Amino acid sequence: MPDTTTERAALIEGAPAPGVKKTDPIVVADGVQRTFGGVHAVDVDHVEIPRGAITALIGPNGAGKTTFFNLLTGFDKPNHGSWSFDGKPIGGVPAYKVARRGMIRTFQLTKALSMLSVMENMRLGAQEQPGENIARALVPALWRGREQQITERAQDLLARFKLDTKADDFAASLSGGQRKLLEMARALMSDPTMIMLDEPMAGVNPALTQSLLHHILDLKATGMTVLFVEHDMHVVREIADWVIVMAEGRIVAEGYPDQVMSDQAVIDAYLGSHHDTDLGDLSEEQQAELLDETQAEVEREEERNDG
Amino acid sequence: MDFSFLLLALGQIISPQTIAYALAALGLAVQFGFTGLLNFGQAGFMAIGGYAFAITTLHLGFPFWLAVLATLVATTVMALVLGIPTLRLRADYLAIVTIAAAEIVRYVVKTPDLIPLTGGSDGLNGAAVTFDALNPIPPGSYGFGPLRYDENDLWIILVGWIFVILVALLVRQLMKSPWGRVIKGIREDEDAVRSLGKNVFSYKMQSLILGGALGGLATIINIIPTSLQPDNYGTQTTFFLLTIILLGGATTVFGPLVGAIVFWIVLSLADGFLSLAVQYHWLPITTIQQGPVRFIIVGVALMLIVIFRPSGLIGKKREAFFA
Repeated sequence: MPDTTTERAALIEGAPAPGVKKTDPIVVADGVQRTFGGVHAVDVDHVEIPRGAITALIGPNGAGKTTFFNLLTGFDKPNHGSWSFDGKPIGGVPAYKVARRGMIRTFQLTKALSMLSVMENMRLGAQEQPGENIARALVPALWRGREQQITERAQDLLARFKLDTKADDFAASLSGGQRKLLEMARALMSDPTMIMLDEPMAGVNPALTQSLLHHILDLKATGMTVLFVEHDMHVVREIADWVIVMAEGRIVAEGYPDQVMSDQAVIDAYLGSHHDTDLGDLSEEQQAELLDETQAEVEREEERNDG
Repeated sequence: MDFSFLLLALGQIISPQTIAYALAALGLAVQFGFTGLLNFGQAGFMAIGGYAFAITTLHLGFPFWLAVLATLVATTVMALVLGIPTLRLRADYLAIVTIAAAEIVRYVVKTPDLIPLTGGSDGLNGAAVTFDALNPIPPGSYGFGPLRYDENDLWIILVGWIFVILVALLVRQLMKSPWGRVIKGIREDEDAVRSLGKNVFSYKMQSLILGGALGGLATIINIIPTSLQPDNYGTQTTFFLLTIILLGGATTVFGPLVGAIVFWIVLSLADGFLSLAVQYHWLPITTIQQGPVRFIIVGVALMLIVIFRPSGLIGKKREAFFA
């Protein structure tokens, strides 16, 4: 096990702060804005994702994490902004081309292709299959060789994710957790340089969570960059090297996991100031008081945003 | 009682009309069953293809192969025109646009101002000349019982069936290939396929063009033994085709062929039995009502298929479209 502390310390130049420069960024985004009918869903001034590390993107519901994901991967178009991947600008590049350049994503709601077999799902993840061209598809001699390579790679990955016994079953027959595994394995078929996981642990039982965590750590070990959205703080603490916190579309904090999670601003934004009191235990007066306090806080926040 | 309609129903197994519907249904299966594109205007593709063939043959004197090429060009243009604006949108938009486009085509060709070109409501006759000129079968009468075919009927039936089977084998090869895998992936979830680096728009367009072209070619087979009638390519035709692919199995290649045969036999038998029933006053309907009643039977059959046999006659249960 490498020394994570020194490894992590080498990630940034300067002190941890929102938009801090990274020593070796793989993604650099500038002024990315996406509005939905006047609401700034995403409003990111500057952010850099470190290469070869596991970065967690956290924030309350509606913070714009998934929208930011969609923007980076070309699934949504921003109103403003530019960003680059691996040194090349990819703003405005269609989703499929982003994927071909090595930035592969998964989805919050798992997208296993149910009426295809697990093996066909995997094969679909591969790149450079000449048989995907309609004319060459008619001449099997042109693609059989590549298909063989793809199948072997798929078998290796399925074995790694313990899905090899399911290879010939329809993806529809898999459990929710197995579908998460399949989606991750499928994303790996193209040997991406960066993998973006949107809530990889959502709806996965604790036993499988452990195995998914190991898989994600394995990805990093092979030199891949991982960016993931997650709500479970234990997961973030356990595997993330770097944490980016979003709230109301902005990046409100960045830092090492332990540091970020003890940051008062983050606790306020993410968990709420009264995260350790149970609403049911409060009297009506206390609840009203709490409501006023929250509103005051929101107003202060708005003033700060305007200023 | 005259039961000769039973043999005539049997004749539907090989009739050019069955071949045409099988081919057009195969095209729709490529689009709808395999790619998940809701093309509700297959009749429009059939009409465009048929008119391209008939007009180039009759007015421009194109030889057969060139007129076939014109059909392919016309259906491809229609696919591009309909597909470019709608294939990036949600699936329902394509359905709305195609159903409207098919009706536009039908109304345009029926316009009185276009009679010199399209023949208006009467359609176009005699587009078979170039095809019949290629006929190597000696003149005569072939067949048995009430099923008699002259040399030209036999020629189109032979060529038509050979062509349909070749196309079906071609489509099967495509669907078994990596291309077909992408196509089926798009049916399941196009965003997932996009996230894996496939140009989904291009694949959907290819599928729309391929399916539309098969619709256009189907009309050539349909009009050669008869004539081109615009009202044969109304919305009902599209729904017959949907019934056929659901009957045979929307996610299969040979389902549309089986579906077309069964569909026309059932329709023909229903017609025969109904006319007997009307003749002997077993049913309280008139001869005029008899026609529409056949289509009520088609509608009920479609519902029953979707409810009780969603995978079609030869589809695998697990691949059922309406599971």
